[in-house]
Amino acid sequence: MSSREAILGRVRAALADVPVDEIPEDVPVPRNYRRAHTAPGDDLVTLFAERVADYRATVHRTDETGLTDAIAAALTARGVRRLALPRDFPSALLPSGPWTWHREPLEVPDLDALDGTVTLAAAGIAVTGTVVLDTGAGQGRRALTLVPDHHLCIVYAEQIAADVPDALGLLDPTRPLTFVSGPSATSDIELDRVEGVHGPRTLDVIVVDPTHPEHP
Amino acid sequence: MSDPAGRGVVWLGSPAFPDAARDALKDTQLRANLKRATSTIRDKRLAVASELDDWEELRTSAAAIKKRTARHLDHYLVQLEESVTAAGGTVHWASDAAEANRIVTELVRATGEREVVKIKSMATQEIGLNEHLADEGITAYETDLAELIVQLGEDRPSHILVPAIHKNRTEIRDLFAAEMGHWGRPAPDGLTDDPAELADAARRHLREKFLTAKVAVSGANFAVADTGTVVVVESEGNGRMCLTLPPTLITVMGIEKVVPTWTDLEVFLQLLPRSSTGERMNPYTSTWTGTTDGDGPAAFHLVLLDNGRTDTLADTVGRQALACIRCSACLNVCPVFERTGGHAYGSVYPGPIGAVLTPQLVGVENAASLPFASTLCGACYDACPVKIDIPEVLAHLRARVVEQARAERRTPTAEALAMKAAATVLGSPALLGVAQRTAAIGGRALARRGRIGRLPGPLRGWSDSRDTPAPPAESFRTWWRKNRSQKEGER
Ligand code: SF4
Repeated sequence: MSSREAILGRVRAALADVPVDEIPEDVPVPRNYRRAHTAPGDDLVTLFAERVADYRATVHRTDETGLTDAIAAALTARGVRRLALPRDFPSALLPSGPWTWHREPLEVPDLDALDGTVTLAAAGIAVTGTVVLDTGAGQGRRALTLVPDHHLCIVYAEQIAADVPDALGLLDPTRPLTFVSGPSATSDIELDRVEGVHGPRTLDVIVVDPTHPEHP
Repeated sequence: MSDPAGRGVVWLGSPAFPDAARDALKDTQLRANLKRATSTIRDKRLAVASELDDWEELRTSAAAIKKRTARHLDHYLVQLEESVTAAGGTVHWASDAAEANRIVTELVRATGEREVVKIKSMATQEIGLNEHLADEGITAYETDLAELIVQLGEDRPSHILVPAIHKNRTEIRDLFAAEMGHWGRPAPDGLTDDPAELADAARRHLREKFLTAKVAVSGANFAVADTGTVVVVESEGNGRMCLTLPPTLITVMGIEKVVPTWTDLEVFLQLLPRSSTGERMNPYTSTWTGTTDGDGPAAFHLVLLDNGRTDTLADTVGRQALACIRCSACLNVCPVFERTGGHAYGSVYPGPIGAVLTPQLVGVENAASLPFASTLCGACYDACPVKIDIPEVLAHLRARVVEQARAERRTPTAEALAMKAAATVLGSPALLGVAQRTAAIGGRALARRGRIGRLPGPLRGWSDSRDTPAPPAESFRTWWRKNRSQKEGER
């Protein structure tokens, strides 16, 4: 007998107390929890910005017209010059200046030699301060946002979901997803939080919000 | 490492918990580190859990989802296998540790590689995978910072969440300086014990592994039956490195980690980080469904591990332990764990959950002292995000230990006698009164300045590592009777 059959057989034998005609749906799963820990009319963009900043990421807010300047300002503040770019990142958004842009495809050692990366996002989650990447438009494959030490991520206000349930409902589970909440961190040495072990040590998030123009 | 009954669970049950605990209690540094860690994480957890006014509803849903899964585990495992296969992954079934180790070894061999990078995983610790691979000439590199510390020190994890909490920064510095060079890039000269510098040394040391490794091994926090999506929750990014850079990914997961639907993750992804690290969300959560062309591994293998879980499932009281999402909240609230640390439990599963899970995985007869490693105070149940009634399972397993021992020999064990005596006394108010009065008089006679040192006879095991407060001059019952009857007399 294969191990598959053996294990399934043992599972069935172990469940002798479960009536044979019981189906999974017969075991009730109450879902009385909230869809979101926000109130209707809450300013999700502000909440998102606050919660992202709570993780020691840096948040910038701008409207669409200020976006290119905001990107330039963030990159200047970090002193990063050589940047990886997703294959389909919109060129129109790129500032001119001292930067060199390296578009995918890029081998991992090439990525390792670059200072940072600039990407779009698939979604934001306000309550948890999370950015979600699904490797879709303008985001690049997963290594792109992982290997370089700095990640600048652009999130549009309309992409921000209130909370985890709504965000999961919007996402496509067949795509590889990465939920990013702040920069890479560890608390393994005497519980002192240290930013950055293996992932990017610096996370900048630009929120593009037509109602809150705060040009850099 | 002993392996009782050939269960294949890494289990260092010797010395038994009471002896191991006594040694741990003598280690004042360990106790100080643990106390700081447990109280810090406990406070953070309480703060972020209280942000959600529906915390109880989330716990109730989580417990119900786990109950549905357990009662129909065969259905969900088959569904998971179909979804993962349809998405381009390969599913393997492993009855026990030996089989799981063999499957992983063969998969690594087939790639022609002799090195793998690993994400911290309790399932692979449970089966002793690293040691097995080493015997087969394959080196497994742990990439979580704490696991790296444990591995370099040839040590064992002492906590689920912060496995190296028993080590100080200076010890870690010394370890890095002495050992890193044997495994790859050495620590930089003049390394100090500043945590940021130590983390940076680990980053450099491991980066060359990440960038060259061809095979990665991971565990899984969840696997979704209806979509075939596997989930890993982490903080450092070492998980992301392992899950995406090497061309082959092998994930080993206990069969209890399956959840029915993608939607169910909305419950667990709210409960787990808040219960575990006390964060609203951990820095990185990765989900993947089979393989994706041009992104991440080209080959994905999922190994479904039984290794005693079906035995646990057969116990209708004990099976709730399979709902555990390994958040470690129960460790941080447990007064016993806070003083002994994880090593004393002799298992990769320490603390309250270890006290109920380990005996079930290795057989209660082989871990008879663990169900007693608790005060039954109930704090673990209150903390558990999936509402596992740990005290109930502990009491149930204690009874099984006693029954087992009674069946094995004619003469009753000390535990059985003590329990029987306790039951008789507790069952009779008159006897309880006498016992309490005797204890009060005798206790005060033994006490010096209100503390009692070593107790005589069978109570020594208890008093060895702590002072017993002298019993009060009058019992609560006496006080109650006096004060109540006075009050009632006043009316
Ligand atoms: S038993 Fe509950 S509290 Fe303990 S680790 Fe498991 S899920 Fe967390």
